[in-house]
Amino acid sequence: MDTTQLSMAHHAKERNPYQPQLARIVRILPMVKDNYLFQFRFLDEAMVKSFTHRPGQFVMLSVLGTGEAPISISSSPTRPGIIELCVRRAGRVTEALYRLNHNDVVGIRGPYGNGFPIEEMQGNSLLIIAGGLGLAPLRSLLWYALDNRSLFKDVTLMYGAKSPADVIARDELVSLTNRQYLNCLLTVDKDDTGTWKEHVGLLPHLFDYATIDSNNTYAAVCGPPIVFKFVLQKLLERNFSKNRILMSLERRMKCGVGKCGHCSVGYKYTCIHGPIFTYWDAINLPEII
Amino acid sequence: MRYLKLPKEKMDFFTSVLHKFGEIHAPLKKGEKHFTFGKIPNWSAVALEYNRTILPLKKYFLKPVDTLFRFSIGKGYEPTIEDADKKLLLFGVHSCDIYALKILDLVFAGMYVDNYYFTRRSHIGIIGIDCVPDEHCFCHSMRADTVSDGFDLFLSDIGDAYLALVGTSLGDDIVLATRPLFQEVTRADIEEYKRRSNERTKSFKTDVELRDFAGIMEMEYGSATWKDLGDRCLSCGSCSMVCPTCYCYDVYDELNLDQASGQRKRIWDSCLRKEHALVAGGENFREHRSDRVKFRYYHKQRGFVAEYGRPSCVGCGRCIVACPAKIDIVEVIEKIRGEESGHYSIEHGASR
Repeated sequence: MDTTQLSMAHHAKERNPYQPQLARIVRILPMVKDNYLFQFRFLDEAMVKSFTHRPGQFVMLSVLGTGEAPISISSSPTRPGIIELCVRRAGRVTEALYRLNHNDVVGIRGPYGNGFPIEEMQGNSLLIIAGGLGLAPLRSLLWYALDNRSLFKDVTLMYGAKSPADVIARDELVSLTNRQYLNCLLTVDKDDTGTWKEHVGLLPHLFDYATIDSNNTYAAVCGPPIVFKFVLQKLLERNFSKNRILMSLERRMKCGVGKCGHCSVGYKYTCIHGPIFTYWDAINLPEII
Repeated sequence: MRYLKLPKEKMDFFTSVLHKFGEIHAPLKKGEKHFTFGKIPNWSAVALEYNRTILPLKKYFLKPVDTLFRFSIGKGYEPTIEDADKKLLLFGVHSCDIYALKILDLVFAGMYVDNYYFTRRSHIGIIGIDCVPDEHCFCHSMRADTVSDGFDLFLSDIGDAYLALVGTSLGDDIVLATRPLFQEVTRADIEEYKRRSNERTKSFKTDVELRDFAGIMEMEYGSATWKDLGDRCLSCGSCSMVCPTCYCYDVYDELNLDQASGQRKRIWDSCLRKEHALVAGGENFREHRSDRVKFRYYHKQRGFVAEYGRPSCVGCGRCIVACPAKIDIVEVIEKIRGEESGHYSIEHGASR
């Protein structure tokens, strides 16, 4: 081994990138069926103080004895102390998480991934577009922007779900429609309850209710593939630069740190080169969406 | 770098001293025609004339199954590195396998350093040896037929002696401990080394052109060849297991009988397995075998080039020997390049 390797090995002894830190569940907030918002706090107060993240990053969540799963951070770094994860009950680890109660202990390591290029985005307008559960990684960016409102020009949120029962964080989103300096546009494909007072129709229709200066706006998009397809079309029609369309992607991940190989798309790893990719990245990477 | 000469008649004595630098592992014969790297029972069991071992050296650094943590309610996740302090000396390592370790070093270093891998890397010495290529070796095409670093000592056959190249401080310590066995290199020795080296370069039976292959991979992303390969591939993952640079692993938790403690382990994985890109909820980004075969080639010959500046293949030929469906990487590359088959349909064009 040469000296650089030895120094790396020495450095590695101090930090194990796979080491989960224990955290307890502070609160569990049911949002929609099989999608709850879990609030966590590290047991170690030094970790509570030192943990910070960029909007768009994720953590690896361990539930003792069941393994690890990558979950986007839904809370904003502007509100430290508590980590909020919007978790879909979909696999072994998340099933196990749903069986836990508040004060139960889990493992969390991270944050990982590139996150949104917030420094580059500052001074511009923000267009946040989420479909269904796609709000989870974008909620962090939304609250970051609202808490640092002077850093951005216009802030617009477009959110769409199938029906009112599928609207994630419904109370929070509806209350945001009255917020100043935020254009909060919500829609459902179909209102089967008669209680929905916002828009009805598919997500891309919300573009009719927003004035967007594509030269000075960053668009952040997350949702199921169908959302990407139609929203991207709308953004390109409005002459958005491909570098200013940012997308958050989901992949199988086992390490979160660019080693295990599972999350690779084309020649990039979602965990370290992503999970935020520009549309320009996307058209150059096979299989990406 | 320093060259010395080690007469073959002194090898017995030389190796008897090596034990003080670690447990010696070397190529051993397994069955009729296979070889494996293992702990040597005695020096006469060592098969230095081997072509390739079944498994590559990654098994020493990234173990097939490795315990990362012991966990329990109360104590949380406690890291554990098996054999962290065990000193080994790998004797008789070929250039391609040394090169492969240099490639794995790149992967396990970077922004997040994998201390499981590097702890073992710092405790395992490597004594390389030159080799004679067989019909499956294409390390010359992959520029892994010779190495100038990555070993502590490297022995090159010059007839009745080895030319020993000292690569590291550990290599130097080994030489110092056995100094009387070594002789100074003469002009004739160097001439003999060069003669053999040139002869060896000419003796490669398999050669593929890879300089512009990354770009060709992009253009041929929709080639029907991938579908044909998908029809033949059994998704068994043998190619990944025997590949010296395949590093994909899966992580799982194993519960003890008390249901309150257990181990977090990692295990070798393969991108050929159907579950490799499957996410919770059922979405699979590489559902078809053809997608997965193509991905394996794409990652090694295109993806790795973009990230690290060279393909992650070293041309050791193990995957060719191991594939039960007789998929031959050299044939695949030639087919994609159009050197053998001439032309083939591009069904999907550049579609994703």
